[in-house]
Amino acid sequence: MVKNALTTGVIWLTAALVSGVFVWLLADIIIHGLPKLSWSFLVEPPQNAGRSGGIGPIIVSTVLILGVAMVTSAPLSLATAVLLSEFTRHDSVYGRLVRRSLDVLAGVPSIVFGLFGNAFFCIYLGLGFSILSGGLTLACMVLPLLIRTAEEGLQAAPNDYRLASAALGMSRSATLVHLLLPTATPALVAGLMLGLGRAVAETAALIFTSGYVDRMPGSLFDSGRALSVHIYDLSMNVAGGDSNAYSSALVLILLLLIINSIALSLANQWLHRSVVTV
Amino acid sequence: MSLSRTDRQLAALLLGCALLAATIVLLILLFLVKESWPMLQHVPLIRFVTDASWHPVDGLYQLTPMLSATLYSTLGAVLLAAPLGIASALFSRYYAPPFLAGCYRRLIELLAGIPSVVYGFWGLITLAPLIGRLHPPGVSLLTGILVLTLMILPTVALTADAALAAVPVAYLRGAAALGLSRWGLISGVALPAARSGIIAGTLLAAGRAIGETMAVLMVAGNVVQQPQSLFDPVRTLTANIALEMAYATGEHRAALFVSGLALMVMVLVLVGTAELLSRKRHYG
Amino acid sequence: MSHFINNKSEQVDKSNTDDAYTLGPLQSGPPCCVPEPLIRVDNLSLHYGLKPALEGVSLDIYKGCITALIGPSGCGKTSFLSVLNRLTDMIPDCRVSGNVHFDTMDLRHPALDVQRLRRDIGMIFQKPVPFPLTIRRNIELPLREHGMSKQAELNDVVQQVLQDVGLWEEVKDRLESPALALSGGQQQRLCIARALALKPKVLLMDEPCSALDPISSGVVEDLIQRLRGKYTVVIVTHNLAQARRIANYAGFFWIKDQRAGCLIEFGQCKQIFEAPAHELTAAYVNGSRG
Repeated sequence: MVKNALTTGVIWLTAALVSGVFVWLLADIIIHGLPKLSWSFLVEPPQNAGRSGGIGPIIVSTVLILGVAMVTSAPLSLATAVLLSEFTRHDSVYGRLVRRSLDVLAGVPSIVFGLFGNAFFCIYLGLGFSILSGGLTLACMVLPLLIRTAEEGLQAAPNDYRLASAALGMSRSATLVHLLLPTATPALVAGLMLGLGRAVAETAALIFTSGYVDRMPGSLFDSGRALSVHIYDLSMNVAGGDSNAYSSALVLILLLLIINSIALSLANQWLHRSVVTV
Repeated sequence: MSLSRTDRQLAALLLGCALLAATIVLLILLFLVKESWPMLQHVPLIRFVTDASWHPVDGLYQLTPMLSATLYSTLGAVLLAAPLGIASALFSRYYAPPFLAGCYRRLIELLAGIPSVVYGFWGLITLAPLIGRLHPPGVSLLTGILVLTLMILPTVALTADAALAAVPVAYLRGAAALGLSRWGLISGVALPAARSGIIAGTLLAAGRAIGETMAVLMVAGNVVQQPQSLFDPVRTLTANIALEMAYATGEHRAALFVSGLALMVMVLVLVGTAELLSRKRHYG
Repeated sequence: MSHFINNKSEQVDKSNTDDAYTLGPLQSGPPCCVPEPLIRVDNLSLHYGLKPALEGVSLDIYKGCITALIGPSGCGKTSFLSVLNRLTDMIPDCRVSGNVHFDTMDLRHPALDVQRLRRDIGMIFQKPVPFPLTIRRNIELPLREHGMSKQAELNDVVQQVLQDVGLWEEVKDRLESPALALSGGQQQRLCIARALALKPKVLLMDEPCSALDPISSGVVEDLIQRLRGKYTVVIVTHNLAQARRIANYAGFFWIKDQRAGCLIEFGQCKQIFEAPAHELTAAYVNGSRG
């Protein structure tokens, strides 16, 4: 029918358009970003407000901010996920309360996190513009994501294990430590990677919490500039900063690609291993 | 629940952690209100609409230009991204050969992860000059809409894809056995069945568009004015906060926090509706 | 050719080494002496939410005997088993009423040490559930959790129980290999070995052979028969011939009109199969109902 052929054409055209635009975007960044990409670019400090030089201190700041974010949110999210999955009934008050508040938290826009981080971590707790403030703010942001993926990972562990180990008189803690957590590990790690990817891409929450300083940070209390903030600064506030911005954007995308591939390969590798020996 | 002593201790510890996680959102609300308080105390909310303009220095806090900018850009982005995203999902699910579909899906997933600042940067460097040639300046509401469309398209596409995947194969086989053409199958069976999931995904994408800061900050022009045409530079609510927080004090700062609260409410309403819709799908 | 499980006495356990009662030949027949009841169930009822699953079940499980629970699917036989080791605690929304006494203990008492109970009453599930660990660790893990720590002791128990279930020759060279790599029948025997390592008094078995191929099924069935005397076994089975072959006592379950399961008749196996008192029992064992 004509209608069928028409819609088929439209759909293929749409797909071509969408992929075309995206390929254009990626190609643009690769083409303009690749020339300046080199080892020295990755380790040298920025000069001339970032127009020349490299992004060495920026990478260090980014890693530190991400480190703070993951180190604080990973244990907390695992604990919450374990509680929700293993220790609460479906209709319990605690469970519903925690889940509701996490749903709301997941919906908060990143600029609002920036406002909160500024008001709470920088001012109220007195941390000022620092890597610590930025990392803790990011931790709040990725918490719902980490909890959700961890809970899904635990729920995916076969219920037979819980029943069989209970029938053998083993405590829930023992079942958790020896059976459930090892089985859920790939999902847990994949979730961590997802959270990491989300944190790396974040800009608005960091501008008012970890600040703009592009020097090498001396400690977690120093202000530090994350990679995403650097790209923003170079493109908006620094005339002639475009070429370095391109290269920084390329580095950011490559970093994300690496993180996502690790997550995917971990997930696949473990899924195909039908037996885990502990 | 017949827990042993170690189990009870562990449960107590876990409950503590969970409650800590749960209080974060309360903390956010608390601090938003705390910082907004100087404004909320003295200034009736209606002034955010009725004041002459946005001039915090003179005590004028009209937010309507920013609100319009946010609403127009979100609306525009959703109107563009929804059909494109759904078409993408249909493409990868029903039209493309498996290898191509896989590649396409992976491309979309990759793009879902690209940071907003990169989208904004590319929009500023490449897209804005192109639009500028059509009608100066390049940074405008239109550029904002286009960049937002790019950003939320993966969200719509991926959620629509998931919703379509959840349509029971039996429905489709039944329809095919009745001799329906491919489009007939899609429009008659697949899309209606996946409808609530697709709508939920679109609402989520709209929530993301409203909350987006960096991309629109970089490409929409940042002039506080009511947009009269697509080519006018505008400033969204989010961009407003990002730009002025650096130097705002006192009442001005409080006003920014109030707009932050407003943003949070808007996004939560959208996300909540999306959640309700997707839950209805499971029970209905 | 009946033989009993040779079990070395062990320091950890205190109660199951003394009895040397014998129960007669392999085929089901009247025991040579009337054994005492080990578990007494009195008017047990079970609800999942508002839905009744079991109503008014009363029976005795006799020490050292194999008791078969027969009846069609959905009659609450598995639910009944789950009550005996308090596994119903793990099922949300499950309410149990009635009295169950194990030895002198009130099984339903809320302050009962359930973990200790589950050492004495073990359970084997329909689908074999070996842990995703090595064969050795499958058996060692529960033992370590219950307090045994010396490696030499653990090695002894591992060897002993694997010999008891007839797996030792097959796996002694690959104790460190994954348990999930074993065949279905081997996995089920491993699960039985794992349960036996805790030296239980009672073994609850929920259709242990139904997920296995006929040959493995036969091997497991032989193993169950060897448990008689030393252990008390309660086995749920759909296989009437199997029940007839191995059981001393049999309980016939059926569904009442309100969709709740109930016990129609209970007695010595020979009597249930050859001279049932209830017409429903007769119809079921003869294949004309269910």
